[in-house]
Amino acid sequence: MGLVEAFSMGLVEARTVFGRARVRALLGVLAAVPVFLGVVVYLSGGPAAGEGPSFLDRVVHNGVFTALAALTVTMPFFIPLSIAVVAGDSVAGEANMGTLRYLVARPAGRARLLAAKAAVVGLFCLAAALVVVVTGLVVGAAFFSHGRVVTLSGTTVSFLDGVGRSLLAGLVVGASMFGLAAIGVFVSTMTDVPIAAMAVTIGAVIVSAILDGVSQVSFMHPWLFTNYWAAFADLLRDPVRWHGIAKDLVLQTGYVAVFGAAAWARMTTRDVLS
Amino acid sequence: MAAALAVETHGLAKHFGAVAAVDGVDLAVPAGSTYGFLGPNGSGKTTTIRVLLGLVNPTRGSWSLLGEPMPQRAMAALPRVGALVEGPAFYPWLSGHDNLARLDALGPDGRSSTREKRIGEALARVGLTAAARRKYKAYSLGMRQRLGLAWALLRPRQLLVLDEPTNGMDPQGTREIRHLVRQLAEEGTTVFLSSHLLSEVEQVCTHVGVMHRGKLLMQGTLDELRASSAPRLRVEPDDPARAMEVLGAMGLRDLSRRGPEVVATLGDVAPEECNRRLVEAGVGVRMLLRERASLEDAFVALTGEGFDVAG
Repeated sequence: MGLVEAFSMGLVEARTVFGRARVRALLGVLAAVPVFLGVVVYLSGGPAAGEGPSFLDRVVHNGVFTALAALTVTMPFFIPLSIAVVAGDSVAGEANMGTLRYLVARPAGRARLLAAKAAVVGLFCLAAALVVVVTGLVVGAAFFSHGRVVTLSGTTVSFLDGVGRSLLAGLVVGASMFGLAAIGVFVSTMTDVPIAAMAVTIGAVIVSAILDGVSQVSFMHPWLFTNYWAAFADLLRDPVRWHGIAKDLVLQTGYVAVFGAAAWARMTTRDVLS
Repeated sequence: MAAALAVETHGLAKHFGAVAAVDGVDLAVPAGSTYGFLGPNGSGKTTTIRVLLGLVNPTRGSWSLLGEPMPQRAMAALPRVGALVEGPAFYPWLSGHDNLARLDALGPDGRSSTREKRIGEALARVGLTAAARRKYKAYSLGMRQRLGLAWALLRPRQLLVLDEPTNGMDPQGTREIRHLVRQLAEEGTTVFLSSHLLSEVEQVCTHVGVMHRGKLLMQGTLDELRASSAPRLRVEPDDPARAMEVLGAMGLRDLSRRGPEVVATLGDVAPEECNRRLVEAGVGVRMLLRERASLEDAFVALTGEGFDVAG
C-alpha cells in the first residue's frame, strides 16, 4: 500500500465527512458569525475605538477587519467547539454505528484509517477558520471600505496585502487548533460513545483556558495548547511579528506528536467490539 | 494457491475479564465446504468470528484464513474474505449504493474501474437494485441485511463469513438467502455460516461445528453429527400401553407417547426385532419407522441441554 492509496483513502474520508449535513451545518454557523457582525456594525456604526472585541472597532474603517473581528470572536469557543464535534466523532462515531468493524475487516488497515481520519479532522480545522475569514472578507468588502489597511503598528498596507494577511491569519488559527484536534481524535479512539468524546474534548479546551487565566500557574502557560491562540493578531503588525506564531506552531506539533502516538497505540491494539 | 483449510484455528481463546467467551477452539473449515457454525446465543460464535476477522485480539491461540497466518497477513487474506458480522452497519445518511462505493474505496483490491459494475451486480444478486439510491436510514431491517450481504459479495471472494445472515428477514427473504448460499457454494466459495437456527444449517450446510459455552463440542460433516446421537424408533401400534411394556422389556430407553405413536431411542436394537416382538405379543403394528436423529436431537445429545438455553 503506497502513498497514492493512502492519499485516495484520505480523499474518500474527506468527501464523506464534508458531505455530512452535520459538518456543513457547523461550517454554516461559523460563516454566519461574520455576516452577523458585519450587519450589526453596518447598522449601528460599531463600538467606539478601543471598545468591544479586538478589531471590532476597526470594522467600519476597512472590510478586512470584518474577517479579523469574526476570527477573534469565534476562535475561543465556536471554532474549538466545532472541532471537538468532528474530532470526537471521528473514530467513536464509527464504533457507535458499528461501521468500524467493517472498516477494520475491509481491511482498511488500522493505522492508515486513523491517519486518514486525523488528516481530515486537520483539514476541518483549516476549513473552520478559513470559512470565517473568507465570509468575513466578502461581507466586509460588500459593506465597508476597500481602501488601504491600517495595521496595528499604525502603518498602512494595500487592501490586497490586508486580504492576504487575513487569509494567512485563518491558516494560522486553523493550524493552532491541531493540538486540540489531536486530543479529540485520541479521546475518540478511547470510547464507543461519540458524545462523550466530544464532551471530554470541549472539557480540555475549558480547562486549558481556565489555567491560562490563573497567574499562579503561569509556569504551565507555555505548555497549554490554548496559550498562543491569539498570536494570529501579530500578522497585522508591520513588520509581522512571527515569534508568538512560531512558538504556537511548535507547541501544536508537540501535542499532535504526543496525542497522535497515543491514538495510534490505542487504535492499532483495541478490540473492536461494537 | 487454495489452502486445504479455509479457516484453521488452534487453541483460540478470548477472555473478557474472568469470563472465557471463547475457550480453546480448534476450527478446521475445509475449503469448498459450507460450514454451519452452530450454537445458542451467547455461546461464543460472534466473538470467534470477530477474532477470525482481526477485530478482536485473542487471549491465546493462533489462526489462519485461506492459508495466510493471521493477523500478520491480514492485508493479504482479508480482501478475499467477504463478511457479515453481527448484522449490517452502514452510514444512515448515505444511499445503499454510496455506502458500498465508499467502503470498497477504503481498502485494497477495490478497483474503481469495475466498481459501478460490481455494485450493480451485488445489489441485483440480493434484490436491492430498486432501492440502490435510497438512503440507508430508510431501509427496512431485511433490506439492511440484504445490503450487508451485497457488501460481502462485492468482490470475488474465496471465503464468506456470514453471521446470522437471515436475521430480520421474512420467510421469502430467508428462502432467497438459502438459495444464494447454495449458489455461492456451487461456485466454489467456502461459506462459514453462523446460526442459531438448526433448520437453516440442516438445509444448506455440508459441515457443522457446535459451539457451547465458548467451547467447540464437535465438528465434522453433517452426517457425522447426526450419527453421534442414536437413531430413534417410531411405532404406531393399536395398543400403545402394551407396546410400551414390550419395548421397555427389550431395554429401549426414552420411551414416550406422542399421540397415537410410541417413540424411543433405538440404540443397538434392530428395528425388525422390535417389530417381531410386538407382533408376537399380540400388538398390531400400523407403522414402524427407524428415524435418523435430527440436528436438534444431536445438539441436545451433545450439550445435554435444549437449544434455547444460552451458555
